[in-house]
Amino acid sequence: MATKNNNVPEHPMERLLRMDRIPHIWCPTCGIGTAVSCFISAIDKFKHPHEKIAVVSGIGCTGRVAGYIKLDSFHTTHGRAIPFATGLKLANPDLKVVVFSGDGDLISIGGNHFIHAARRNTDITVVCVNNFIYAMTGGQCAPTTPLTANSSTTPYGNHERPFNLPLLASSCGAVYVARWTSLHIRRLTNSMHEALNKPGFSFVEVVAPCSTLYARRNRLGTGLDLLKFYHDSSEICHGADPTELDIAFQDKIKVGKFIDRERPTFIDAWNDNMKKKFGDKFDPYGEKKAKKAA
Amino acid sequence: MKTDPKGVLTGEHYLDGDHACAEGALAAGCRFFAGYPITPSTEVAERFCSRIPLVGGIFIQMEDELGSMAAVVGASWSGKKSMTVTSGPGFSLMMENIGLAAMMETPCVVVNVQRGGPSTGLPTMVGQADMMQARWGSHGDYEIIALSPASPQESFDYTIFAFNFAEKYRVPVMVMMDECVGHMTEKVVIPPAGKIDVAYRTMTTLSPDKYLPYVPEKNLVPDMMPVGEGYNIHSTGLTHDERGYPVMSPDAQDKIVNRLVDKINKNADDIIMIEEEDTEDADIIVMAYGITSRVTMPAIFEARKKGLKVGFIKLITVWPFPEKRIKQLAKTAKAFVMPEINLGQVVLELERIVAGKTKVYHVPHAGGWVHDPADIYKAIEEAANGNKK
Amino acid sequence: MQFWRKPLDADKIKVPHGEIHIVRDRCKGCGFCVEYCPKDVLVLSEEFNTKGYHPPEAVKADDCVHCQLCEMLCPEFAIFVTLKDEESVEA
Repeated sequence: MATKNNNVPEHPMERLLRMDRIPHIWCPTCGIGTAVSCFISAIDKFKHPHEKIAVVSGIGCTGRVAGYIKLDSFHTTHGRAIPFATGLKLANPDLKVVVFSGDGDLISIGGNHFIHAARRNTDITVVCVNNFIYAMTGGQCAPTTPLTANSSTTPYGNHERPFNLPLLASSCGAVYVARWTSLHIRRLTNSMHEALNKPGFSFVEVVAPCSTLYARRNRLGTGLDLLKFYHDSSEICHGADPTELDIAFQDKIKVGKFIDRERPTFIDAWNDNMKKKFGDKFDPYGEKKAKKAA
Repeated sequence: MKTDPKGVLTGEHYLDGDHACAEGALAAGCRFFAGYPITPSTEVAERFCSRIPLVGGIFIQMEDELGSMAAVVGASWSGKKSMTVTSGPGFSLMMENIGLAAMMETPCVVVNVQRGGPSTGLPTMVGQADMMQARWGSHGDYEIIALSPASPQESFDYTIFAFNFAEKYRVPVMVMMDECVGHMTEKVVIPPAGKIDVAYRTMTTLSPDKYLPYVPEKNLVPDMMPVGEGYNIHSTGLTHDERGYPVMSPDAQDKIVNRLVDKINKNADDIIMIEEEDTEDADIIVMAYGITSRVTMPAIFEARKKGLKVGFIKLITVWPFPEKRIKQLAKTAKAFVMPEINLGQVVLELERIVAGKTKVYHVPHAGGWVHDPADIYKAIEEAANGNKK
Repeated sequence: MQFWRKPLDADKIKVPHGEIHIVRDRCKGCGFCVEYCPKDVLVLSEEFNTKGYHPPEAVKADDCVHCQLCEMLCPEFAIFVTLKDEESVEA
């Protein structure tokens, strides 16, 4: 979109945005746009050719992220961003594949793919924007909705225990796990950058405000009020025990980098195993191309 | 285009339909397989995963069929020929991302070794009751291509055809095998790599600033460009325009859905393959596909011995249906007889096309075993006598 | 309200200055930039943009220290800051 004043330089994010699709569909004070800004800043710092980065989203508000980022990007079916990304990555190991999607998409309908991708250590980075609710469909209860919180399908308060996402990711084998709120822009950007550089299944949870549904239904004010709440209630606990990272309704949010460890990725493990079995007859998968490039 | 010789196991083999299918895929250049074990299709995955490390490709056993199909679509966008294999219950789960493949126009192959249904049905026994699901099992309007092999040799050959159609028309292609063919062991001749013709998707020659991913060429199929080439491709399961961007309007919907259907139907002459035998002057034409086409033969021989003029059509391509040819034959033949291992699926299309101009006799079978040729013979006899059942 | 002492080398440190650019019509008036600007440079303007929101305006533009917090927090890609070159005069 052209700005009115011709002297104004281009917004730094524009280089990696599909500007013919901006303005985006997200509501005023939604946190997803901020998470995208942090992601673009992390990509800027990430030393990997841009044409070899792909972004995959599922369905939902955060599912629209892929459609705004000017890289190879896919807006797939509900919950299937991770297996789609698995296919992309395994078929072309030169790629860095990022899954950018929401809590409902990744953890509810896509929960099975999430745990198995973490178990296999598929070399993908997963950014999960957690707004505690199904926003695109109108504010239904999600597997992340805190106990007692109101949603359109828990009108008397949520009675189901939510998932603790860092615990879920780390217990399934993720090699990098961090959580920040959309107010922690610098730390979030750093975590995204670290996650991108980490071979294997890296996971970054972004707690973000949904003003239209989560905040409104729970009388928490606007997204700005939620940012103020994050400011007052987040506690940075690097290396915290993931079992202690549950989020209770309007209670303390523990943020930080919790897991950073080494495990062979799916393709590394495949190559190691086949090399042992077949010796020189086996050409390590995905390595030839890397040699050519180098 | 000739195939990559690395995957071709040239020679004479004694293989079952499942193993032959895996060899067909490797010969066609398939280098990515994502799947989930399910009887009676698992042998395809087993063969593929044991062969692929030295051919140069990758295999992943996914957590379920939803993920398998999604991974296949993703892998295809990375430029690899990709496939998955399943049977009825898994086929149901794959429908979601078969729809995505249709909407994103992604070349891929889905093999369904059919068993008895519905639900868990008869896991180890034959069925042909997924034919309508293959065509329209995912929601919305779209067309796919479905082929049906009747022997291990055809399983090998048609899997290659399936990849060629998938690449040419950017569409999911179903290989509708059945348990009998999958588990039947026969001689399979794998030709030298130089004799195997394979297709690969047409890549755009336009530069990234000129290329739009969904501008159709003359054959209604858009040229493709995989990820990783700096084209900033965007693709979505939403109704989209030529840029691949979502557009929520009846006009955009009209344009895309019609093209998804037309690109198959208007190219039907290129896609449809049938085998005909003595149909020109036949009074009665028996039509069948898959294992049923073989079970039908004794009944046809018997009828011919009795002096009946019986022709035979074997559908290699089931979808799209050979509408043009059937319309011609409907003018001369007195009746069609169609056995299939379901209670009436492909026969509905036959009835629609002959539109009452000639009689259609269906020979149903609920599944679990193939027809008794005597039942098919009885139907031919009834057709000859002009008795409508 | 300041709890910290003045750094001993405060006189030597050159504080950068930023120039704020606001893409008014992209703004949805969330107020994040106004709330979190550490120098209170921004306020929501009285005027409406074409979408009917009140975009921010820089009332103390000279105080901007190019921290880019507004740029990163803005969910709409509607505000950004460039580093002001002290030496040369911009055209």
